[in-house]
Amino acid sequence: MHGLINRSIQSFLRDTYGDALWAAVAQECGVARSGFEAMLSYDLALTETLLAAASRHLDKPRAALLEDYGAHLASIEPVRRLLRFGGIDYPDFLQSLDELPGRARMAVEDLILPDVDLRPGAAGRFAIVLRNGWDGFSYALAGVLRTMADDYGALALIDVAPDGSTLRIDLLDESFAEGREFRLAAGAA
Amino acid sequence: MDGVPPDVTYGLRGDVLTRLMPMAAVVSPSGHIRVAGPTLSRLHAGVPLTGARFLEVFGLIRPGPVSSMAALAALAGRRLLFQMRNPAATPLRGHVLPLEPASLAGGGLAAGGLAAGGLAEGGLIVNLSFGISAPGAVRDHALTHADFAPTDLTVELLYLSEAKAAVTEEMKALNRRLHEAHQDAAQRALTDPLTGLGNRRAFDEALLRTIAAARRGVPFALLHLDLDHFKAVNDTLGHGAGDQVITAVAGMLKSETRAGDVAARVGGDEFAVILAGQRTASAIAGLCTRIIRHIERPIPCSEGTARISASIGVCLSPEGFELAPAALIAISDAALYESKRNGRGRCTIRPALRDQPDPDRETPPQG
Repeated sequence: MHGLINRSIQSFLRDTYGDALWAAVAQECGVARSGFEAMLSYDLALTETLLAAASRHLDKPRAALLEDYGAHLASIEPVRRLLRFGGIDYPDFLQSLDELPGRARMAVEDLILPDVDLRPGAAGRFAIVLRNGWDGFSYALAGVLRTMADDYGALALIDVAPDGSTLRIDLLDESFAEGREFRLAAGAA
Repeated sequence: MDGVPPDVTYGLRGDVLTRLMPMAAVVSPSGHIRVAGPTLSRLHAGVPLTGARFLEVFGLIRPGPVSSMAALAALAGRRLLFQMRNPAATPLRGHVLPLEPASLAGGGLAAGGLAAGGLAEGGLIVNLSFGISAPGAVRDHALTHADFAPTDLTVELLYLSEAKAAVTEEMKALNRRLHEAHQDAAQRALTDPLTGLGNRRAFDEALLRTIAAARRGVPFALLHLDLDHFKAVNDTLGHGAGDQVITAVAGMLKSETRAGDVAARVGGDEFAVILAGQRTASAIAGLCTRIIRHIERPIPCSEGTARISASIGVCLSPEGFELAPAALIAISDAALYESKRNGRGRCTIRPALRDQPDPDRETPPQG
């Protein structure tokens, strides 16, 4: 598992639940308190152990924890910006999701995300099927998509189907609210 | 091209043209801008481009300046570099292609701004883009997604540029952390954990450096100190007290030696010191006496009071002289052995060089 993922889970736990929770979970999993290095690689089993420990401490199911993690991830400004590049508006952003694994690899060569297969349905409904990757990404992506809906000012219902790899999106209103500003040039006033 | 004859002309309305190429301009044979793409117009900060003279707004930098439309037309198909004459001096990559004048009957470019009732006049079409100056230009002119055609890769370039910057920052931070960790580890490898003095490895490295300096004319002395009656402390007061005694002795050595000297713990109750620089035998003898006296003062420990002494052997190395480390250590060891043999609690000084004037061979502590 790429260090970026582990490190972002670490930041999510620390930012949301505090240093004490992170320290307890880290110790249980044999991770140094300083945590993970974003640019190194770790065993996937360690990520699962980490999530299991956090889930136990917080009395929260793994799926819910991962969705919250995804929502938090998309709220981190540099990540939010890189995601916003994907689309002019929310429908455009959703349509560009099959490029997501390619975009991720363009940014960080060894960050491997599952294949994304977008299937439009009737009247604003979409299904997204993830394949060939860690199943945790499905729940994380659901969280990401919820945060991005807010970011673009859209109103959408998003959940993960019982199969754990299909996301169901019901786009109710693509311009429900103003949405957050996004300037193409980084560091612009 | 497959099957389509190259001389077929296509009608393209000006607004279609500029949506296809938002940074294109159609220039009349007289050099006036007839049509300008919306993004190009945004670079011109609100001043309409239509009607302006192309070569007054855009200077040709490469291959070099031109002053006529004919000269510009002669560069058709070549890769050109323009610079916009706006305050930002935006560099723009581009190419020009000729537009054929079209007959009334046929198709042709029907561009806005034609003289009323005039024929489609020909001239040049210029297409421009940012190249690697894109990030700066997008920032300077607050351009958005909508300013680029869907096929344009500028947005992809900006994404890549931003992602690369983020990754580079992370790599630099990782390198810093690794470097610090490495330095910490290297430091620990050279340090005695109990006393904080250098350990045997640190001492060996320091001795090599000192010998190299001696080659360049810096004299030094090598001091080997062994505690007397230390085993009794461990036996009667315990190892906790033993550690406290060692720590106390290390402190004494630190305070009795100068900044350029190197003190190290090289064994359980053994210390070595490199005394740098010129010192007379009697100065060294005086130093050893002070050290031994200091060590002989009762040392309070949590388990009781420790009473120890020390035996010292010194090897004096004059300037310009060089012996291998092992040989120097052997001489100071032999001097130490002599101190032990002659009753302990004393210092023996030996020259490294056989025909050095022999200092006082044995200096018992005074009083």
